[in-house]
Formats: sequence, structure tokens, C-alpha cells
Amino acid sequence: MTMIPAFLAIGFFVILTIPFVGVKYKGILVYLAIVVNAGLTGYLAIQALMGMPFEIIFPGNMVTGAIALRLDALSAWFILIINFIFITGGFYGFFYMKAYQNLTKNLSLHGIVFVLLYSALISLTVIQNGMVFLIAWEIMALSAFVGVIFEHEKMATIKAGFNYLLQSHVSILFLMLGFMWAAYKTGSYDFQVLSNFTADEKGAATVILFTTFFVGFAFKAGFVPFHTWLPYAHPAAPAHISGIMSGVMIKIGIFGILRMMLVIKPDFAIIGYIILVVSVISGLYGVMLAIVQHNLKRLLAYHSIENIGIIGMGIGLGSIGLGTGNLVLATLGFAAALLHVWNHALFKSLLFFTAGNIYQATHTLNIEQLGGLIKKMPQTAFLFLIAAIAISGLPPFNGFISEFILYSGLYHWLLDARLLSLVAIVFAILGLVMIGGLAMLCFTKAFGVIFLGNARQTFKHEVHEVSFQQLIPLYLIVFFIVAIGFFPVFFLKLLIEPVSLLAGNSAVAGIFETNTMQAMQQISWAAWGFIALISIIFMVRKLVSRKRTIAVEPTWGCGYVKPTSNMQYTASSFIRSYTKLFKPMLLSYKKEKNIQGIFPTDGFFESHPYDKLEKWLIDTPIMEFKSFMSRFIFLQNGRLQFYILYGIIFIISIICIPIVYDMFIHLIGYFKQL
Amino acid sequence: MLSFILILIAGVFFTGVIIRTKSIASGRKGPGILQPISDVVRLFKKGAVYSQTTSFIFQVAPTIYFSSVVMAMMLIPFGQSKGLISFNGDFVFFAYVLALGKFFSIISAMDTGSSFEGMGASRESLYSLLAEPAFFILMGSFALLTGYTSFQEMFAALHLGSYISYAIAILATFVLVMIAMIENSRMPIDDPKTHLELTMIHEVMILDNSGFDLGLMLSAGYLKFALYGAIIVNLFIGMVPYPYAIPLFFIIQFLLAIIIGLIESFIARFRMSHNPQFIFALTSVSLLIFFGVLLVLGKFI
Repeated sequence: MTMIPAFLAIGFFVILTIPFVGVKYKGILVYLAIVVNAGLTGYLAIQALMGMPFEIIFPGNMVTGAIALRLDALSAWFILIINFIFITGGFYGFFYMKAYQNLTKNLSLHGIVFVLLYSALISLTVIQNGMVFLIAWEIMALSAFVGVIFEHEKMATIKAGFNYLLQSHVSILFLMLGFMWAAYKTGSYDFQVLSNFTADEKGAATVILFTTFFVGFAFKAGFVPFHTWLPYAHPAAPAHISGIMSGVMIKIGIFGILRMMLVIKPDFAIIGYIILVVSVISGLYGVMLAIVQHNLKRLLAYHSIENIGIIGMGIGLGSIGLGTGNLVLATLGFAAALLHVWNHALFKSLLFFTAGNIYQATHTLNIEQLGGLIKKMPQTAFLFLIAAIAISGLPPFNGFISEFILYSGLYHWLLDARLLSLVAIVFAILGLVMIGGLAMLCFTKAFGVIFLGNARQTFKHEVHEVSFQQLIPLYLIVFFIVAIGFFPVFFLKLLIEPVSLLAGNSAVAGIFETNTMQAMQQISWAAWGFIALISIIFMVRKLVSRKRTIAVEPTWGCGYVKPTSNMQYTASSFIRSYTKLFKPMLLSYKKEKNIQGIFPTDGFFESHPYDKLEKWLIDTPIMEFKSFMSRFIFLQNGRLQFYILYGIIFIISIICIPIVYDMFIHLIGYFKQL
Repeated sequence: MLSFILILIAGVFFTGVIIRTKSIASGRKGPGILQPISDVVRLFKKGAVYSQTTSFIFQVAPTIYFSSVVMAMMLIPFGQSKGLISFNGDFVFFAYVLALGKFFSIISAMDTGSSFEGMGASRESLYSLLAEPAFFILMGSFALLTGYTSFQEMFAALHLGSYISYAIAILATFVLVMIAMIENSRMPIDDPKTHLELTMIHEVMILDNSGFDLGLMLSAGYLKFALYGAIIVNLFIGMVPYPYAIPLFFIIQFLLAIIIGLIESFIARFRMSHNPQFIFALTSVSLLIFFGVLLVLGKFI
């Protein structure tokens, strides 16, 4: 019981003291607070994962009513993920921020919002009172906003920050609507009360209520078409904030969806189909746009949308399983979703951290200017490669495990599906396969262009690897990426409690045992066998070629003797056949000046990929709205006299309208008497 | 285990048969069918030249590529006998482990910083991603038809009875042959014998490989052919006892090699820009198979 006051007190104390300590100790203080609080919450979370949920109810006040904190297996799973990413991200950020030592005030603010963001995220997983939930949600949104605009002197950063701030408030609007409706119907903000209420309420009301919440959370999670803030906010933020935002903050949207599923218990089959379709589209759209990006962090941001799609597919399958009484499908779907939440948190934060390393070393994130970094930054390259393989869903790493569970769910569902569900399955399988293939295309491009070949641009400063301390958290993440790939059975056992909670059935453990564990055991052996095979062949290769002559020559240039690094394949040329093929889905703005004349003048070519949905759903409506509103611009003419006139008109109408109304009623009454 | 050895043996002669068929079709005598293997053996004995641009990726990629193919071979069953590794959903692992090999072959091509090899890498990554859905839908149809989700159980339970099921088997063979052609960058997609780097896919990616590494790359290609051949064989031999099944295995592989040789002799390579359409059309063929299965099962309402 003393843990919650301790948790709050530590956060509070650190926030108050950060501005007063020396710049060297700010980071240490923040990090210590995170670690201690992670220890406290982690302890409770592990207990909940062992099957001992935790509940405490505060009396609250008149406005909020009783405030319930409930830490069940679902909260526990997310708390552990948040803790892990904040511990690694905080450590990385500590070193990443060393470059900004002289910005003392900014660093204080950054430290404060870092602690606030952490506390808000942890609180959101346990608070079960609508009102307090919204307050914590707002704290999270605002602190993330301040975290994003750390480099606020850049115009693009401020713009991205406001874009994010605005969209997260649209999200809050939907959540508020949902909670207000719930409070109006039940007279309480408590989730438990709402749950009891919706248990009797079946049909359209629950579906609409759930959809309202889903839209609200989908903004945060980044489901298409609510994704447009992500590709702006992630590149603008410092690397550790991007990693944390993409790793855990957008997952709180997923958490919200899962939590509302438990609370509202809507018509699961319908909800499942909706989520499945939205997710497949999100996954495909995210990766399709990721491929054409030239800014590394933007590319990664679009991949977050893709992975949210994969997680959503798991949730959709689980929900359909619940709705149709197919417990195996429900188990596999939810297991895939929850495992992928963690997997994505791991490899995506790792990718953002390596992107941060690249940015520190080269001061650019435009992949067309990079190249050959593997020789200058071998460790970063290695870490990026592991993460790239994992995110493409390839064995033997963690991404494959969750995608495999998703596939087994889909193929299991196939066995007893009817016509409508068959269409959905084929759609989902096609979607998942294409997502995997496109992700591979995207990451071969990213890795190949950034790290391999020759440098495409010479930098004025020296490019070198970041310090080893900064790489420590990255190796820790890699450890888990590899461990999940090689020992999936152990990690799946952790999932039994949260999945049984979501599936509402304790038979889940048995299903895991019969359905998944056997395959997982084999996959883990196969992974070991694969590594053994590679090492054996590599040894043989070493042994055989030991006595042979090994020469080093320039790359084969088809007889051309003076190749330059400009003749390499670039990122744009690598994806050219793809962009031609997927042209209807993509949008790109081009600026070019052709080379003309007998004596060629200078020419240039620039292309900026843009988001078609953003154009249709955000830019065009805003433009229409603006042009409509500009008709009334004569009202705002800047003359004080007119403004006073408006005021007088307003006051007069306020006074007169009731009088006129009364007279009108009176008149009607008079006519009636006639 | 049995299938692993059989595929190894088939891999030895498969490409040789293709080359021999092509030679005969073009009026030449052609090399012996073991010539490709002796080429590989010769390469294994040679030294190597590495580009100065390359890094360790270029050194490990051929090994991983080869291992991924060997790993995939372990998953293939032979009639009643399981593959070395067999579990529910093993075909997913099969496709993904091959994709891992491709991932490394693509980045090793990018590693040379060449103006040609990126071209091959770009095409390879696009075409192989377009071919993947066909395989997954095909396997989905078999899963639906038989009620199992592992290679061995699916093939063992595959009974060819009605006319529709023969149609399905023939279409499936067509899809698998075409996937094999795409995976190996052979004729209608890519011409292995072309002399111009601009029109190559697979060959241009291995321009800078030499010695042992090139040998690994080439032998992985031979094994890949036999691998897909073995899947096709499995479509037909379900319940046949071993004394008949093993000769049947080699006969079908042999026939397949001849058919591929004939295709290569009489069909010209497509234009690069037409390849994606052709490859994606395979997905519609496998959807056709899927609906055929629905007809067989009476699930079409």
C-alpha cells in the first residue's frame, strides 16, 4: 500500500529538485527516479503476471467519485514494457543529451517532462476511473509534446509539435465523449460500474460506445487514417524520445483498446472484423509509404504504423475468436498482439536509437547523403542490422515469433471458416505476406544505402562511432530480441495470464500447450540449428580458403576505370521499380530543372514523398474550410469602432432575443385564442 | 531425413539436365549433366577476390544464403516420412527462412557499392515479395482441403480423387514451377545466360562474388530447384510406398528439369516492366486453386 505514495513522492520530489541541481546531475537524478519507480512498479507487475492482481480504491472527491487503481495481468504486461523501454531509453538519452549540455533550462524542462511522461504512462495502465484517466492522458499528451519540441528553434520541429498536440486533443475529444456518455448512463466514472452496466446492454449501443473509444485510442496508436501526426512528431523529437514514443507511447493506444474490450464487452465478432480490416489497411499503407521516405526517422515512423497494423490484426483475430466462440483463435490472436507489442517496442526503439547515433555522427538523417557507414560505425551497423531483420519478421529473431503466431491463428481459423470469414482470412493473409515482403524491401534499402557501399557525401567533420556507454542499452535490447527468437517458449509462458484475462477463460494455458508450444519448441531448435549450420559452413569456408590467395580489388565496373561514389545505386533508384508499380497509392511532389541546350546548363531534381490520405483527409478539408471562412474576413477589419459595434450588437441581441421570443409565444397564444 | 538426402541427390543433376535439354533443343550436344557440380567443386578450390568497398556482410552473406536453403530443405517431407523439422505451420518458417537468405543476398549486392548490383538487388527484392502471396494462398488451400497445417500432414492427407482435385494439383504444379523459376531467377522472369548487366536480376547480384562464396551461391541455386521439385513430387506421391515413391521422385524431378529446360528454350524473357504483372498473376492462379478447394469442400454457398 505504501508503494503508490512512494511512486508519486519520488516523481514529485525529482520534478521539484531538477531545476536546482547542476547540469551534470540532472540526468542522473531523472534516471535514478525512473529506475527506482520501475523497480516498484515492476515488482507489482510481476506479481500480477504470476496471477496476483492488485487493487486499491481511493475515496477520491466529489467530482471524480471513488478512484480505483487495478493492476491486472494486462496492465502488468504493459508496465513491464514501459519500464524496460524507459530504463534503456533513459540511459541512452542521458548520453544523447550530452551534446546539449549548455542548454541548462531546456534540459531541466526535458528532465521534468521525461519523469512526467513515465509517471503518466504507468498511471494510465492502472487507473480505472474515467475522469482521472483523462487527466493522466492529458498529462501524457502534454509532456510528450514538450519532449518533442526540445529543438524548438527549428520551425519544422514546432510545426510537428503542434500537429501532434492538435491531433492528440482530437483523440481526447473522442475519449471524453465516451466517458461522458458512460458517466451519464451509469452515474459513475468507475470502469467496473460501466462494465456491469454494459454486461446487460447488448447490441448497437455498446458497439457505438466501443467505436468511439476505438477512434480515440486509434489516434494515439496511429491506425490509418488517424496516423498523420506520427511521421511528423517522430523525426522532430530527440532520438530517445522518438524511441519511447514509438516504443511505448503509441502502445498505450493499443492498451486502451484492449482495456475497453475488457470493460465494455461489445459484440466481439463485429468489432473484430472492423479492427481486422482497419489493421490490414494500416499495415499495408504504413509500409507502402515507409519505402518511399528518404528521412530515416520518418521511414521508421511509417513502420510504426505498419506494426500497429500487425498488432491490430492480432487484436482483431482475438476479438473474432471471442465473438464466434473459437477459443483457440482468440488465444492465438491476443497472444500474437501482446507479444508483438513487446517485440515492436524492442526493435523499434533500437532502430530509433541507432538513427540517433547516425544523426550524432553525421548530423543528417537524409539517407541519400549517407553510405558506407559500416566501416565508420560497425557497432551501430550491426545493431541496426539485427533490428532490421527482426522488424522484417524474419527468423531467427523475435519479429518472426509474433508473426508466426499470427499466421497460425489465421490458418487455424481457416480450418472452420465459412464464406464471409474466408474472404476476411484471404485478405488478412495476403495483407500480412505483403507487409512482410514490403518491410524486407524497405529495410534492405535502408540498411544497404545507409551502411553499405561508399559514402555518398564527404562530411566536414569526422564521422565516428558513439561512445560505448551509449551503446550499452542498445545491446541490452538486442539481447532480448535474440532471446525471444531463440527461447520463445519461456516468453510465451509469461503471456498466459494476460491472454487468459483477455480471452476470459483459463483454458488458455492448455491451448498454449497443445497448439503453440510444440511448434515454438521446434522453431527454437530450428533457430539453434540454423546458427550451427551457418557457423559450420563458415568454418569450412575459412578452412578451405586458408591456403588460397585472397586479393582485394576495386568493385567490378564493367571496364570503367574511374568509378565515383555517385555512380552507386541510390535509395531512390533502389525503389524505382516499386514506385512505378505502386504509383496509384503514392503521392510525391517533384521539383526539377532539366539540362538543356548544346552546352548543358546546370539542372537539378528533387522529390518529396507525401501522404495521399493526409492530403485528402486533412489538407483538402482545411483548405475548403479556410476558403469558406475567408468570405467572412470583412468582419475582422481591424477597426476598433467595428469591434465595439459587434460587442453592442451582441449585448443587444442577448437582451432582445428572449424578449422577442416571449413576445412571439405571446402572439401565438393570442392567435390560438382566436 | 530421407527427403533431405533425396533432394541433395536431385540437386546434383537437376541443373545439369536443364542445361542439357537446352543444348539439345538448340541443336548442340551440350555438357554432361554433372558439369554444374564440377564447376562448383572447381570454384571451391579457388582463391577469391574481394572488392575494397565490401565489409563483413559480403563475407557472411553467401554462407547465410546457402544455410537458409539447407534449412528449408530440412522442412520438406517425403510422402509418409517427415522432414527433419516438422511442426504446425512449418511452411511459414519455410518461406521466411528463404526470405532471410534473400535479405542477405540483397544486402551483399548493395555492399559492393556497384552501379549494377543495386539494380539486381532492387529487382530481386520486388519480385520475390510479389511471388510470396501465391505460395501462402496455395498452402492455405491445402490446409483448407486437408485440415492440417504442416507440410507432412498436408501432403500425406492429399488424396487425388475427383476431377477438380486433379485440376487443383495441376494448377498447383504450375504455380510451384513458376515460383521456382522466380526464386531461381530463370526464364520468363530473368535470363541467366544474358550478357548484358542491365537486363539481369540474379546474375548481376553475384558479379563480385568469387571462389568459395560463388560456389555456395551457385549450389544454393541448384538445391533450390530440387527443393521446389520435391514439393511438387509430394503433391503426387502422398500414400505411395517407398519402393515406388523413390524412383517416382527422381522421375518427376527429371521430367520437371526437362520441362524447365524446354520452357527456357522456347520462351523469351519478359520485359522487366511486365514482370510484376506476370508474377502477381500467379496469386490469382492460387486464388483459383483456393476457390477450387472451396468447391470440393462444398463451402461455396
